[in-house]
Amino acid sequence: MATERHDAGPERGRIRVEGYDAAATDDREFDTAWEPTLQSAEGKGRLYYAWRRFKRNRLALAGAATIGFMTLCAIFAQPIRVPEQVPVLAGQLVQPVALAPADPANQEVLLGHQPPTTEHLFDWPPSMLHLFGTDWAGRDILSRMMYGARWSLSIGFIAVVVALFIGVPLGAIAGYYGGYVDEVIMRVVDLLYAFPFIVLAIAVIAILGRGYWELVFALIVVGWLAYARILRGEILSVKENEYVTAAKALGATDRSVIVRHILPNAMAPVIVQATLSVGTVVLAAAALGFIGLGLSPASAEWGVMLRVEQDSMARGRWWAGFFPGLAIFVFVLAINLVGDGVRDAFDPQGEGGGRFR
Amino acid sequence: MSLRRYVLKRLLITIPLLLGVTLATFAMVHFIPGDPIDFITLFTELDPETKQQIRARYGLDDPIYVQYLDWLANAARGDFGTSITTRQPVTQEIAERLPFTLLMGSMAFVIAIVTAIPAGIAAAYHRNTKVDQVSRVAALLGIAIPNFWLGLILILVFASWLEVFPVLPPTGEGLLSSEMIVYTLLPALAIGTGSTALLMRLMRSSMVEELDKDYVTMARAKGLPERTVVGKHVLRNSLISVVTVAAIQVAFIISGSVVVEIVFSYPGLGRLLVNRVRNHDFPVIQALVLIIGVAVIFANLLADVLYAYLDPRIRY
Amino acid sequence: MAMLEVEDLNVRFYTEDGVVKATNDLSYRVEAGERFGVVGESGAGKSVTSLAVMGLVDDPGVIESGEIRFKGEDLLELDDEEMRRLRGNEIAMIFQDAETALNPAYTVGEQISEAIRHHLAPGEAAAEERSIEMLESVGIPDPATRYSNYPHEFSGGMQQRAVIAMALSCDPDLIIADEPTTALDVTIEAQILTLLEDIAEEFDTAIQLITHDLGVVAEFCDRMMVMYAGHPVEMAPVEDVYYDPQHPYTVGLMSSIPRIGDDRDRLDTIPGRMPDLIEMPPGCNFHPRCPYAEEVCTRREPPLVDTDTGEPADVTDHDSQVAACLAHTGELTGRLDYEVTVRDDTHSRPVGSTGDGSPSE
Repeated sequence: MATERHDAGPERGRIRVEGYDAAATDDREFDTAWEPTLQSAEGKGRLYYAWRRFKRNRLALAGAATIGFMTLCAIFAQPIRVPEQVPVLAGQLVQPVALAPADPANQEVLLGHQPPTTEHLFDWPPSMLHLFGTDWAGRDILSRMMYGARWSLSIGFIAVVVALFIGVPLGAIAGYYGGYVDEVIMRVVDLLYAFPFIVLAIAVIAILGRGYWELVFALIVVGWLAYARILRGEILSVKENEYVTAAKALGATDRSVIVRHILPNAMAPVIVQATLSVGTVVLAAAALGFIGLGLSPASAEWGVMLRVEQDSMARGRWWAGFFPGLAIFVFVLAINLVGDGVRDAFDPQGEGGGRFR
Repeated sequence: MSLRRYVLKRLLITIPLLLGVTLATFAMVHFIPGDPIDFITLFTELDPETKQQIRARYGLDDPIYVQYLDWLANAARGDFGTSITTRQPVTQEIAERLPFTLLMGSMAFVIAIVTAIPAGIAAAYHRNTKVDQVSRVAALLGIAIPNFWLGLILILVFASWLEVFPVLPPTGEGLLSSEMIVYTLLPALAIGTGSTALLMRLMRSSMVEELDKDYVTMARAKGLPERTVVGKHVLRNSLISVVTVAAIQVAFIISGSVVVEIVFSYPGLGRLLVNRVRNHDFPVIQALVLIIGVAVIFANLLADVLYAYLDPRIRY
Repeated sequence: MAMLEVEDLNVRFYTEDGVVKATNDLSYRVEAGERFGVVGESGAGKSVTSLAVMGLVDDPGVIESGEIRFKGEDLLELDDEEMRRLRGNEIAMIFQDAETALNPAYTVGEQISEAIRHHLAPGEAAAEERSIEMLESVGIPDPATRYSNYPHEFSGGMQQRAVIAMALSCDPDLIIADEPTTALDVTIEAQILTLLEDIAEEFDTAIQLITHDLGVVAEFCDRMMVMYAGHPVEMAPVEDVYYDPQHPYTVGLMSSIPRIGDDRDRLDTIPGRMPDLIEMPPGCNFHPRCPYAEEVCTRREPPLVDTDTGEPADVTDHDSQVAACLAHTGELTGRLDYEVTVRDDTHSRPVGSTGDGSPSE
C-alpha cells in the first residue's frame, strides 16, 4: 500500500525547466523519413470537395442519370419546330429526331394492328407493339409519356428557376438589411406559409384560371417562400463572420458585400432546397393536373394522363394509369436522390432532413 | 418562467398573422380580372340598373374597407354568405363535409405518428445496420410516391383485384359507422404515407444526434438500464424537434386530402374546394381557404406550445 | 489488492479512415483512497481509458485485449447487467462538460434521484431527500429549491457541482473524473478541486483524475501517469515527476506552462502536434517532436522501465518512477540534459522536504 499522502498544494513551489531546447527538432542530422499522409490535402475550394463527394455518391449519380435520360426523352420524343408566332423562322425544324414509337395523338396506329373487341375497344394492355399499352382513345401510352415529359419537366425547371430569382434577392435583402424591409418581407412569407402548398396554388389558379403559364405562375408564388426564408436565416448567421465586417470596413458597397462575400457562403442550403423543389413542383403540377386544375385534358402532362385514366384503373385496366404515375414517382425519386446527394456533398457530417414542404 | 406566460405571448404574436390571413383571403376576390358580379350572375347579360341593384345587395358598392369589415364580422359569426352554385349557406355546406375530412385527416395523422416514431427510433438505435438501410429506402420511396397515384393503386389492388374494399364511399351511413371508417382507411393511408416517411427519417436523424450527446453517456455511467437511457433521456429530447415538423404535417395532410379526396370520391372539404374552384364559387372558396389557413396557424401554435412544454429552456 | 488494476489494455476504433489505436498496452493501478492523475494532450487516449473502465466504449470502439480489474474482479468478463450494477454505484464518473452532461429536459434533482432510486432502491421521497443532501454536500445553496430547477437555470460552476453530486450519490469507491474543471474559470476550479479533495478524504474514495493541466495534478494527485498517443510514457509519484521528470515529453509539457513572474523570453512549446492515432510514427511515437531523438528512436519502440534500475516496469511498485524512453535503457548516446530548478520565493516551505524524489537544483 503506497498511498502515503503527500501534502499537495501550492507548497510544492514553482519549478522551471532549463536546457530543454524544443528547436532542436529542426536541425538534426538523421532523417525520420516519416510524414503523415492523412493531413496533406489542403487548399482546394469548397465546391471542389462538394463535387468530389457528390461523384462518389452512387445513388445520387443514378438519380442524375435518370433525370438526364428523362430530359433527353422529352426533347427527342418528337421533332420541335419554331412556333408560328416567331417571324421569319416560323415552322423551321430545330430538332428533327422522333424517338417516340408512335405519334402521341394518333389513334389510327392501333386500329391498323388490332381489331377492337367489345371488351377492349381501344385500351390494350402492354404488348410488344405498345410497350406500356394504349389509352382509352387507343393512343400509345409510352409515346404520350415521352411527349408529356415536356410539360411536366419544363414546369418543374421553369418554376424553380424563376422562384429562385424572386426568393434569393428578397431573402438576401431581408437578411442583410434587417429592420422594416426584413419585417415586411418575412411577414408576407409567414402569411403565405399559413396556406398549404397545394391550397395556395389552387387559390392562385382560382383567381387566374387554368393554363400552362397560369400553373407555372401559381407554383412560383408558392415556391419562392422557402428560398427567401432559408437564405435570410443563412445570411443572418454568415453576416456575423469577421470577413464580412472586414469587407465593410474596407469600404465595399452593400451589393458587392452581398454578392461576393455573403451569397457564396449562404447558398448551399438554397441549392439543396432548389434541387428538392424541382421534385415537389413536378409533383404539385401533376397533382393539380390530376384534380383538373392544371393543364387541359388534351395535354399529355403525366398528372392529366392519370386523371383521364382514373376510372379505367378502378375497373382493373391498370396500365393506363400505372405508367404515367410511375414516371412521376421515378422522376421525384431521382430528384430527391440528387438533392440528398447535394446536401451530403456540402455538409458531410450533418443529416438535417427537416426542410420539406 | 411559466408556460402560461409563454403561451400567452405566443398567442399575441398569432393575432396579426390571423388578421393577415383574413385580409389575404378577402383580397383574393379582388384580384380576379373582370367584374365580381359576373360570377354571381353567371355572366348573363344584364342592364346596368339591375347590375347596380345586385351590387348594392351584395354590398359591392361600399368602400373596400367596409366590405372587408362586413365580411370579417360575418365570418367571425360563422356566416360566409351563400354559395353561388347551390344557393345554400356556405357554412352549411362546409359543416356537412368537415367531419369527413377531419376523420380522414386524423386517421392519416395517427397512421403517420404510430408508424413513424417507432420506426425512426429503431432505425436510429440500429443505425448503419440492415434495419436502418431498409428504413432509409422505405423513406425515400414514401416521400417520392405521388399520393394520388398511390391512392389509385390501392383502389386497383384492394377494391378491384382483391375486392376487400368498396370502390365508392358508402352512402347514407353515419360518419362513425364501421363502413365509413373502413372506407376511410385507404385514403388515410394514401395521405399518410408521405408524412410517415418524412417523420420517420426526421425521428431517426434527431435521435442519432441526441444519442451522441454527453448526457447519454452520463445516463449510462449512472448504471441506468438501456431502456431508461433511450426511452426516458434520449426520446424526450429527440421528440422536441420532431414535434414541430409533426405540426407542419397538418398542412401536408390538408394538401394531401385535397387531392386524395378526388381519387376516392370522398365527401370532404378537399373535393368541395376543387369542385367550387371549377365553378368559380368564390364565397365557398374564400371560406375554405380561410378555414385552412386558420387551422394551419393554430397547428403551428400548438406545436410551439408543445415544444415549450418538452424543452424547459424555451420557457422564460 | 488494488482498487483498480488495468493491465495491457488495448482499445481500438475501427473507422472508415483506418484503425484508431486509442490505448496501447496500457497498465496502471489505483489504490483505495488514492488520487491518481492521468495527463496528456487531447487525443492522447485519456478519455477512452476512463470510458473503458466504465464499460462504455461504444461502437466503433472495441476493447481488443487486456484486463480491467475492479476489487479483483475482471470487468470485461461481466455481463451488461452486472456491469450496470457497478456503474454509478461503485464506480462513478464526473464528466468534463457539465452543461452537456446534464439532460436539458429533466430537473437536476430528478437526474440525481434516478441513480439513487435505481441503485439503492429507497422510496421516492427518500431518494429525493438524499439528493437534496448530496446537493448540499457539494455546496449548492438552497438545495431544496435547486432540486427542482432545470440545468439551464444553474451557472457553470453549479452545474459541475451537480454532476459531482450525481457521481457521489451512491457512495462510490472509485470516481473517474474526466477533466472536471476544464470548462470552469480558475476560482471555481479551485473550489471544485477542494471539494473533491474533501470528499476523497472523507469517504476514502479513490479518484482517477484525467486532465491536460499539470498544475491541477500537482495540486491534487498522489501519483500520476503521462500519456502520449495512447501509450503511457511516464508514471511515478507526483513529486518525482514534478521535480525530476524522466521523459522528454513530460519535460516538454512542463516547460510549456506559462507562469507569473516568468522571465523567459518565450515559452518552450513542443513543436508539431500529436500524430493521428491512425498512423503513428515508427519506433518511439514521440520522436518527431523530441529534441533528444536520435536515429535509434525511429526504429526501436522504448519499453517502460524503472528509471533507476533500467529494469522493466513493475506496476505494483507504487514508489518507483517508470518512463518509456531509450535514455533509460542505455541505447541513447546523448543524455537528457535539461534541468529543473525550483524557485520558491513565495512560500516558506523548503523544497524536497518530503524526502522522496530527487530534485535537481
